[in-house]
Amino acid sequence: MAVMEYIDAIRLAMKEEMERDEDVFVLGEDVGVKGGVFTTTKGLQDQFGELRVMDTPLAESAIAGVAIGAAMYGMKPIAEMQYSDFMFPATNQIISEAAKIRYRSNNDWSCPVVIRAPIGGGIFGGLYHSQCPESVFFGTPGLKIVAPYRAYDAKGLLKAAVRDPDPVIYFENKKSYKLITGEVPEDDYIVPIGKANVLREGEDITVIGYSMPLLFVEQAAEELEKEGISAHILDLRTIQPLDKEAILEAVRKTGKVLIVHEDNKTGGVGAEVSAIIAEELLFELDAPIQRLCAPDVPAMPINPPGEKFYMLNKEKVLEAMRNLALF
Amino acid sequence: MTQSGSTKQTFQHTELGLSHEQAIEMYATMQLARKFDERNLLLQRAGKINFHVSGVGQEVAQVAAAFALDRENDYFLPYYRDYGFVLAVGMTVKELMLSVFAKAEDPNSGGRQMPGHFGSKRLRIVTGSSPVTTQVPHAVGIALSAKMKKKPIVSFVTFGEGSSNQGDFHEGCNFAGVHKLPVILMCENNQYAISVPVHKQLGGRVSDRAIGYGFPGIRVDGNDALEVYRIVKEARERAIAGEGPTLIEAMMYRLSPHSTSDNDLAYRTKEEVDENREKDGIPKFKQYLIECGIWDEERDTELLAAIRKQVDEATEYGDKAPFPVPESVLHHVYADDAGQGEG
Repeated sequence: MAVMEYIDAIRLAMKEEMERDEDVFVLGEDVGVKGGVFTTTKGLQDQFGELRVMDTPLAESAIAGVAIGAAMYGMKPIAEMQYSDFMFPATNQIISEAAKIRYRSNNDWSCPVVIRAPIGGGIFGGLYHSQCPESVFFGTPGLKIVAPYRAYDAKGLLKAAVRDPDPVIYFENKKSYKLITGEVPEDDYIVPIGKANVLREGEDITVIGYSMPLLFVEQAAEELEKEGISAHILDLRTIQPLDKEAILEAVRKTGKVLIVHEDNKTGGVGAEVSAIIAEELLFELDAPIQRLCAPDVPAMPINPPGEKFYMLNKEKVLEAMRNLALF
Repeated sequence: MTQSGSTKQTFQHTELGLSHEQAIEMYATMQLARKFDERNLLLQRAGKINFHVSGVGQEVAQVAAAFALDRENDYFLPYYRDYGFVLAVGMTVKELMLSVFAKAEDPNSGGRQMPGHFGSKRLRIVTGSSPVTTQVPHAVGIALSAKMKKKPIVSFVTFGEGSSNQGDFHEGCNFAGVHKLPVILMCENNQYAISVPVHKQLGGRVSDRAIGYGFPGIRVDGNDALEVYRIVKEARERAIAGEGPTLIEAMMYRLSPHSTSDNDLAYRTKEEVDENREKDGIPKFKQYLIECGIWDEERDTELLAAIRKQVDEATEYGDKAPFPVPESVLHHVYADDAGQGEG
C-alpha cells in the first residue's frame, strides 16, 4: 500500500473514477491547464482532455448550475469550488435546486452531482480563504455532506460520492492537502457515505470530530496516554446524514464527550451531535457535553497572532480533553 | 399566402415546412392552453383550487416554439406560465389538472409543487422550482452533456423579462457562449414582473444582451406564430450545426393578472389590458388559417366543443383523484428511501 498525501488521494480518486466511467467529468475555475490552484486536478486534463477537465468562466452559480443540469441529463459531474468561501453565489443552486430535485419531482428526476470545496484555515488566507461553511448546508435535507480527515477516506469518500445517486458536497480540508499523509490503496475501494469511523479505542473520554482538527485530537490523545488518560476518538467522516448509531455507541463507551470542529460553535455540526446525545443518552453521561470549536466571529483574520488565536491546535484540544477527563 | 402555378398553392406555413395538419394542430394547442388556463381562473374563483398562475396571452409563442423543436428528443426547461409549451410537447390536460388539484397522480411533482412547476422525465421536461431563472444554467448543462455525448439535440429554456435580470441568466448565457453550446433561450417578455412594468426592469433590450455573450439575439413578435416558429427553427438548425446558442426575446402581453392572488388593476389600467387583447395572436392565427382555406368557423366550433369536453373531463378527473397519502411527505428525499425524512 502506498503512503500518499491527502491531496494525492483526492486526485487519484478523480482519476480512477474518470477512467472507470466516461460520464464522470470535472469542471471549475483553473482546474484544466493549471491543474487547480492547489494542484488537485494536476495532470487530469492531459489524460482526459479539455471537455472532461473543463476550465469554466469565473462564475460559481454557473459551475454548480451547469453541473446540476448535466447530472439531470445523466452525467456524473464533479464541480470544483476553488475555495468554499466562494461557493455562496452557488448556494441557491445547491439548496433550492440540487437538494430538492428528487423530492420536488416525486422521484422522477435525480441529481447525482458532486461539489468539491476546500474548507478551513491556518494557511494565512484571511477572512475569505479560510472559512468552514458546513453549517450553511448542514440541515438541508436532500444533500449529503462528507468531510474526510484521513487520506484513505479522502479517496474512498470521493469515489463513493461520484457513484452516489444524490448530490454530495465534498468538503476537503486545504491545510490537510500536504499536512496529512497516510496509507492509501492504489486499487478500487469506496468508503461508504453515512458511516463514521473509530480512529482510536479508549476508555475515559470520547472525542467526536471531523476533518483536520482530528489530527490535533490524535496528537493530544497520544500525550494524554502518558498521563494515564485514555481517549476514544470517532471520526464522523460524513456529517450529513450523521451516523447516529456510531455517535451513541462511542459516547456510551466512556460517558464523557467532547465535540471538536473548526466551523464556529453556534449552529455548527457539533450542536446537532450534542442534541442527539442529549436526546438519547443524557442519563448515561458522567459530564456535561463539551464543544471545542472556532469562536463565533465572522471569519479568521490574516494576521498571524489572530489566526493562531482563532485556529484549534494540539494544546487547545489537549487542555479540553484533560479537563473533561478530570471532571 | 402566394399562388404558384395553377394547381399548387404555397402558404407561409408550408414554406416554413409545416403541413396544413401541423398548422391546425398548432392552433388547436393554443386554444387548448387558453381554455385550460381560463378554466383554472374559474376553479380558483369558485374555491375549488387554491392558486393559479396564468399564461393567457403567451400561448402563441409557446406553442409555435415547441413545434419548431424536435419534440421526441430535445430537452425542455419551461417556466411557470408555459402551459401552451408543455401541452405542445406531450403533457396532457389531465396531467396538468392533476397538478392543479395537487393530486398523487400528478406526474410533475406528485402534488408537491404549485401548479406551473412542470417536470416529466418521460417528456424530457426538466423539473423546475420557484426561484426564477435557476433553469438557465441547467439548460446549459444539458446542452454541454449533448455536446460531450455527441447527441444531435438542443435544450430549450424559457423565462420572463423580469427573470432575465437574475445572475443565473447572465452566468448561463456566458457559459453557453464560451462553449458554443446547443441551447435556445427564449425570453417571454410579457411586459410585467408581477406589478413592475418592463421600463422599470430593463434599461435596454433583452435580445441585445446576446451581443455581449457572442451569439445571436433576436426580437420577435410573440403574437406572430409563424414568425416565432421560423426564428426558433433557425436557432435549432444553428445549434445542431455547432454554431452555438441563440437568445430570442418574444414580445407579448400578460393579459391576466400575475396570479389569482394578484389584483392587476392596482398597477395597470383596464384600457391598457383591452388594447393588448386586440393584439392577441390566437384569433390572428385562426384568421390566417381561414384565409388559407384550411379552416372555417364550423370546424372552429367543433374544436372548441371538443376542447371543452376534454377540459371538463380532465377537471372532473383531477377533482376526484386522491390526494397523496400524508406520510408520503417523507418519501424521496434520497434514492434510498428507507426511514428517510423521519429525523
